[in-house]
Amino acid sequence: MFRRIGDPAAATVTIEIEGTLVKARPGDSVTAALLASGLDFCRHTPVSGTPRGPYCMMGVCFDCLVTIDGVGNRQGCLVPVAEGMKITLQKGKREIGQ
Amino acid sequence: MNAQVPAGGPARSTYDVIVIGAGPAGMAAATTAARAGLSTLVLDENTVPGGQVYRAATTSPLAGGTVLGADFAKGAALAGGLATSGAEVIQGATVWSLDRDLVVGVSRGGASRLLKAGRVILATGALERPFPIPGWTLPGVMSVGAAQTVLKASGLVPSGTIALAGQGPLLWLLAAQILRAGGTIRAILDTTPKANYLAALPYAAGFLASPYAFKGLALIREVRAKVRVIRGVNRLEACGTGALSSVRFEARGVTQTLALDGLFLHQGVVPHVNLAMAAGVEHRWDEVQHCFHPVLGAGGTTSVEGLLIAGDGAGIAGAEAAVERGRLAALVAVKALQPEASGLPVLAEVEAALARATRGRAFLDRLFEPQREYRIPTGDETIVCRCEEVTAGQIRQSIAVGATGPNQLKAYRRCGMGPCQGRLCGLTVTELMAEERGKTPEEIGYYRLRAPVKPVSLAEIASIPPDDAAVGAVVRG
Repeated sequence: MFRRIGDPAAATVTIEIEGTLVKARPGDSVTAALLASGLDFCRHTPVSGTPRGPYCMMGVCFDCLVTIDGVGNRQGCLVPVAEGMKITLQKGKREIGQ
Repeated sequence: MNAQVPAGGPARSTYDVIVIGAGPAGMAAATTAARAGLSTLVLDENTVPGGQVYRAATTSPLAGGTVLGADFAKGAALAGGLATSGAEVIQGATVWSLDRDLVVGVSRGGASRLLKAGRVILATGALERPFPIPGWTLPGVMSVGAAQTVLKASGLVPSGTIALAGQGPLLWLLAAQILRAGGTIRAILDTTPKANYLAALPYAAGFLASPYAFKGLALIREVRAKVRVIRGVNRLEACGTGALSSVRFEARGVTQTLALDGLFLHQGVVPHVNLAMAAGVEHRWDEVQHCFHPVLGAGGTTSVEGLLIAGDGAGIAGAEAAVERGRLAALVAVKALQPEASGLPVLAEVEAALARATRGRAFLDRLFEPQREYRIPTGDETIVCRCEEVTAGQIRQSIAVGATGPNQLKAYRRCGMGPCQGRLCGLTVTELMAEERGKTPEEIGYYRLRAPVKPVSLAEIASIPPDDAAVGAVVRG
């Protein structure tokens, strides 16, 4: 749903999304990196289990919740990418211990 | 969350002025206060200053280019002023509490602190008005502001077959930016009702004299030359199973369907009231902008002593007005805390600049007044509360069996009780309940908001360093 413009060499950060290595640009939010990688949804809702994608990208809708480095319920749109970060999609409620 | 205290936390526990939000209002307010010699702290949730309108002002891969437009450069100038003002600026900081004693609860990197301020300037800005249509929760449907955010911050342009739907200046700006960035737009579905043009007409003179008129009309011309614009769009509906596949709508009495990969919705912005309401600031319903806004005195003073509000959180007026309102709020704080300060902006000049910046607002408010059917869902299946997945029909049923207001509705349906805390459903719920119960939105009121206004973990709260009073409250003997 999105493509990057500008210098592709600027994507110097490597992160892992669902086990796949993906290049991101420093300054990208986790959710922007997800969208750039071709993923359009990032979680299944805790209520009905239907897939949701990011909606507002400014920290108010909470539809971009993902698990980052083992911590669930993180607002991906507010967290900047960092080298080696591991992101998994959130399935329903945040799990105990995550 | 990791509970270690991250580097870059606040240097002190008490400040003359704490500014919450680093958009145009927050940056201008903090710069003015710090230059006057007040100890000033800025707490901002994003990674760099700029807010939404100047998002990534200093770091955007598109900064300096033609895609975002000339106005975007103003953000970098404001950020530059802030950086040299002497204010302490903390990014990535989530403020989750503010009370009448001007104690600010803030979380960063998994640890929390409580800070005390002599004055608090709230500059929490605006958020996009909810756009509750069938299918607005499908992946592939995003807000116009969301698309603009990833464009500014990451240079991401929507691809595939996309459409923009709704109305308002931001929609046309995003359309122009997508086109300049080499993107294509299948259609713009303009939901502005014909009646709005007539309603706005008496205010046209003020608008034509404003800086927005020329720019706005030029933008619309730029977009219309390249994109099919369908006017008078009713019964807008996003369709698909598991993800967006098409949009359905009615225009001139004919139902049409467009296959789509992406649909971007927008019908204006409204004040982001959560923190102000939780602090106890009195709010009123605005009949023209269809939202709650704080009741303000001169310079942005509120019903809470020492708490000021600047920028779009004070009522929607745009980025240029936000800067002036930020300066005005800072001047109120300086007058109270450092009356002998010199070299300040001149009050009369700031007020004159504010008057210029708000000229034409009455016209825009009426032209882009959102249609009733997009504020109050007509169908029962439409999701109102995205977090708890509560539909308009379920809300109507709850009203039928006795729910009188938004707070009772929480007990009936958990409506508004998810992590977004009503940000994406509050206005819809108020207007829907007002309609069903034959009351005014003012009479129905809003959710009772409380700290924490954003979800924080118990570990974050537990990480707050205890003071003597807190220790004394629990230690015996």
